[in-house]
Amino acid sequence: MADVAFILLIFFIVSTTMDVDSGIYRVLPQWVEDVEAPKINKRNTFVVSINKNNDLGINGEYAYITDIKDRLKEFILNPRDDQHLSEKEFKEVEGIPGTVAMSKGIVSLQNDRGTDYGAYMEVQNELVKGFNELRDEFSMATFGMRFDKLDEAKQEAVRKVIPTAISEAEPEEIK
Amino acid sequence: MSRFDRKGKTKGVPSISTSSLPDIVFTLLFFFMVSTTLRETTVNVSYRLPEATETVKLEKKSLVTNIYVGAPRMEYQARYGTDSKIQLDDKFASLGDIRGFIAGEWEKRDEADRPKMTVSIKADEKTKMGIITDIKTELRKAEALKVSYIARKKVVDTKY
Repeated sequence: MADVAFILLIFFIVSTTMDVDSGIYRVLPQWVEDVEAPKINKRNTFVVSINKNNDLGINGEYAYITDIKDRLKEFILNPRDDQHLSEKEFKEVEGIPGTVAMSKGIVSLQNDRGTDYGAYMEVQNELVKGFNELRDEFSMATFGMRFDKLDEAKQEAVRKVIPTAISEAEPEEIK
Repeated sequence: MSRFDRKGKTKGVPSISTSSLPDIVFTLLFFFMVSTTLRETTVNVSYRLPEATETVKLEKKSLVTNIYVGAPRMEYQARYGTDSKIQLDDKFASLGDIRGFIAGEWEKRDEADRPKMTVSIKADEKTKMGIITDIKTELRKAEALKVSYIARKKVVDTKY
């Protein structure tokens, strides 16, 4: 009895893995042949670019990785209605009382073919972190709870107000 | 010498009862069966995942398709060199193979599960984005749009 169980046990220890993978989830845009990029107002784009030396730029100027999150949040929220930051649109969203200010801002993440995957992921992570914090703050203000504590329907509503608007451009030569 | 002298006189150390051993082993066995998943492929590339904090767990293993990117392991370097290679299933593959591979994986799943299929990209942090972008383009053409960039969980110093 014990021998059989031992053999099974050893088999399972050897042939299985313990870790559950986790990663940054992203939905890619549909592939369409030769379609002109939609025209977006310059103030509504937040361009993050990484060149082949893994240097970072926001809207064409050098920046630090630690700046990205706060710059992104400022860009989306635009608290002082700055002419150079994203436009806002007041809309009613199902499941959320009153009208909410939705940002028209889109993050454009550009990279070179020579950029390291690690550097790219670091930036992705900061951007996702920025969006997550925005959702958290919005949930706190509206429902008095953190985003991950909300129920499914409310999470969906918050996601509609603050979508993860990251567009990943085809790589190009940067700087 | 004294051991031989005493032979027959005392009974020696009484043996430990092994009657509960199967129970213990079975408990361990069940623990491993429940908490682990079967390893499906042997990975022929070496990769060190990038770090990230905002990761989401991949819930259902059966809905996940893996693509590995990294330098071939030592034993394959003579044949394939040390440049980053793509691995699908058990073999090295080229970009052109991705579409066929995704179509095959798509076929394998139940009809209801197909839209939930996620492609997990396990790439070395030193990989150049050129390869990753090419893979992304191929995935978009193959209409496998749900992608997860697998990362190591970074321990964060929470400020709030």
